Amino acid sequence: MNAIIAATILGIVMMFTGLFVKDKKTVVSIAAVLLLVLLGVNIYDVVFAEELYFSKDSKQFIFNNLLHINSYALWFNTMMTGCTFLYVLLLGKHIRQVGNHVAEYFALIFFILTGMYLLTSYNSLLMLFIGIEIMSIPQYILAGSDKRNLKSNEASLKYFLMGAFTTGILLMGITLLYGAGGNFYINSFNFLLTGELNPLALAGILFILIAFAFKISAAPMHLWTPDVYDGSPAPFTAFMATVVKAGAFVGFLRLFHISFGSLSEHWMMVLAIITAATLLVGNLTAVYQQSVKRMLAYSSIAQAGFMLFAVISVNGTAWQSMIIYAIAYSVATIGMFAVLVKMKDYTYDGFNGLAKKQPALAFFTTIFLLSLAGIPLTGGFMAKYFVLTAAVEQGNLLWLVIFALLMAAVSVYYYFRVIMAMYFKTGEAELKDEVTSTDRLLLGITCAIIILLGVVPHIFLGNL
Amino acid sequence: MILILLILIPLVAGIVGAMTKNAAKNIALLSAIATLVVSILPLLAIRGLDGILNSNASSAHWETVWSMPWIPKLGAEISLIADGMSVMLCMLTAIVMTVTIIANWNKEVERPGAFYSLMLLSQAGITGVFLAGDALLFYFFWELALIPVYFLCSQWGGERRIKVTFKFFIYTFLGSLMLLAAIIYLANSTQGSSSFAWDAIMRAGMSLPADQQQWLFWLIFIAFAIKMPIFPFHTWQPDTYEESPTPVTIILSALMVKMGLFAVIRWLLPVVPDGVAFWSDTVITLSVIGIVYASLLAIVQTDLKRLVAYSSIAHMGLMSAAAFANTQVGMHGLMVQMFNHGINITGMWVIVSMVEQRWGTRNMKELGGMASTAPKMAIAMVIIALANIALPLTNGFIGEFMLFNGLFASSSSYHITFMVVAGLGIILGAVYTLNMVQNTAYGDAVEMKKGGDLSTNEYIGLAVIIALIIFLGVYPKPLLEMTSGMVMNMIP
Repeated sequence: MNAIIAATILGIVMMFTGLFVKDKKTVVSIAAVLLLVLLGVNIYDVVFAEELYFSKDSKQFIFNNLLHINSYALWFNTMMTGCTFLYVLLLGKHIRQVGNHVAEYFALIFFILTGMYLLTSYNSLLMLFIGIEIMSIPQYILAGSDKRNLKSNEASLKYFLMGAFTTGILLMGITLLYGAGGNFYINSFNFLLTGELNPLALAGILFILIAFAFKISAAPMHLWTPDVYDGSPAPFTAFMATVVKAGAFVGFLRLFHISFGSLSEHWMMVLAIITAATLLVGNLTAVYQQSVKRMLAYSSIAQAGFMLFAVISVNGTAWQSMIIYAIAYSVATIGMFAVLVKMKDYTYDGFNGLAKKQPALAFFTTIFLLSLAGIPLTGGFMAKYFVLTAAVEQGNLLWLVIFALLMAAVSVYYYFRVIMAMYFKTGEAELKDEVTSTDRLLLGITCAIIILLGVVPHIFLGNL
Repeated sequence: MILILLILIPLVAGIVGAMTKNAAKNIALLSAIATLVVSILPLLAIRGLDGILNSNASSAHWETVWSMPWIPKLGAEISLIADGMSVMLCMLTAIVMTVTIIANWNKEVERPGAFYSLMLLSQAGITGVFLAGDALLFYFFWELALIPVYFLCSQWGGERRIKVTFKFFIYTFLGSLMLLAAIIYLANSTQGSSSFAWDAIMRAGMSLPADQQQWLFWLIFIAFAIKMPIFPFHTWQPDTYEESPTPVTIILSALMVKMGLFAVIRWLLPVVPDGVAFWSDTVITLSVIGIVYASLLAIVQTDLKRLVAYSSIAHMGLMSAAAFANTQVGMHGLMVQMFNHGINITGMWVIVSMVEQRWGTRNMKELGGMASTAPKMAIAMVIIALANIALPLTNGFIGEFMLFNGLFASSSSYHITFMVVAGLGIILGAVYTLNMVQNTAYGDAVEMKKGGDLSTNEYIGLAVIIALIIFLGVYPKPLLEMTSGMVMNMIP
């Protein structure tokens, strides 16, 4: 897995850039170039996967069997690195304005990506743990990066305390599984081989499930999300709510499908209830928000509810749907944040009359919101379609599918409030900084990706 | 290949129109006329010129005209299929669009580029719904028709537009989502790998056990019932019709309600036959209640737009009752009536909008004496009103006659009750329509605020409608010929 090594090295390089390059603009450009390099390494991994990993059986398991490379992991990593690249292009200017340590912020983003790569390909619970921690710790720092802002400090502390607590639960789960299964390898626990399930293993599965539910902000472990997402600087919220969350989801999917897939009868009901609760809490609470940023925080909970469908449905479509959902949701949310950071006022009223002032910006925002709401012709629709198809294939989950669709109708309410403010209400939407033609071009490309995803989703699935 | 043009012309014209400012109206008219011409061509392809003129209903039923793979992972295809019904409705769409644009030619709208391009986009969506041969494609077009209308109503509508349109959107979107659940379920039940093709979906639905069909029925039906709308899913409709700008109201009432009815015939009746058999009495009961309820409400309205809106609910009730009666004659009548209702209601809205422009009000109490102030307009209104109450020799008559016939011939044990109650609706229909004519055309003359009798463009628009009303009233054979193959195939 060249990308893991590359991400680590590039992260360290990025850290040292801060020492030598003082100009913030240059730092952002360097970061973008390095990300492009990382994207290149990922693409190289995908293109030459056959020779690098799959020609011999032993090559798939690297680092002493700690990692298991498959084409899914490679493709997912590439897609998410692509999203990160898009994110830096769209929001780089605003990351620069958060604080003084720009190079460090980007270094942390590289480390987060390293953690995500581990999460998509771990073969041992130890790697799962390390991956989650590598991914989480930089987030605690990023959440608090706006040092003079009390809300940012609060977000960081809250996130850290809750995260540390969850780490404990995760470790407890891993320990129990080790006790029950005799080793750390996810595909060779003893109870999987013998088929005899003991209470120790079940408790372990439940603990790990809770830990993951926290990481992906599923109800009732979601309480940290609104405060953290609202308090963190908006550019970093955009990253935490999208790519990072998708990474945690794949980690979740991997363990529960590869390892516990055959035991799905034991955990499926628990997860189905968590899904229903997440959908309910996320959507209903989002309705009552006055700030678009906080609404997006709740919307990320609601969207997590949909992504949970991929975890519940133990079948091939679920894996595909995860990628489609991760891309559709990430791209639309990143785009939405790219617009949001330009606004002076983060409330709904702050968007009043934007369509008259900035027709292009309002149009792009509309596409992002339509996609998040899951309207056909946008990526969001296809994403919802894939996850729900996976659930229907699984059987017995039709009640949950219908419930999710009802909740999707609720979500239209809060997403369309922004559209209504922009187009149908009069007001002076004030912008914090100018919308350059580069911004418009990039947002246009983002929209194009969303439409492509909505019309020909299979091209984003590669050869999977 | 011709069929794809029917969708592509408005789609491309809509996108081009969005970039222009003042030329948008011309582009829209050109596109509407072009689609009208093209929509007649497949008719020739399916039946041949000879087949249209001479009665011989044995020619090919389906014509798969265009198909290409779309999302292989899901088994979705871009396939368009056309039979008599869809071709007829495509023609209706093109006619209505053309008449609408011509009749509103002099009306100034803000930002015409955006307005006309959204109109054309929704035309593309509606045409797509009528032609889609793949469930997923159908769903795409179903939504594509809705979204532009949402923006049209919310931006160019009346005072309460934002709230009202949002209610409309949430209603229809909720229905669509239920439909989506059903489509996913059906596509998963198809033989072999999942497929969305019409016949695969139909076979999958038919082979499901009866109890599954019974709840699937509601998932699918609610989406269509909201669109039609059928009592008690109609509450969005009068408000939305009232608040929308007239061209959009025409699209909503002449075309989008047909989408609901068309969808019932194409995607509900053949797909879950056991579910339909089980629930048809319930649906007919709802429809019949809707007829009487809407007619009674129409009688007490003073606002012209609301009156026409309620009258539309009543008409749709009769059509949906006949659709579920499962008789050949009823289905024949439905085909004729779908077309005619589209023509008549377009005429009604054009008149209402002209009244509003000239007198500055839609309140019947403040109107009167149109026969003396604007005689041409009054004549047009009377003819259209008579067609609306289905007087013999107007196009409304033959359709409603056959619908009643169908309702009577249905095998339901309540068929007499249904027919009697629905017949009450006809009498009530005469009451409110004639009441409207009386209040606006006769009585003390009220001075016009601006304008005079019909202008040339309005004259052309109304002339087309009246010509169709009388021609199809005297000689409805072309419509029956066009659709008979499809009906006989469906109800042998």
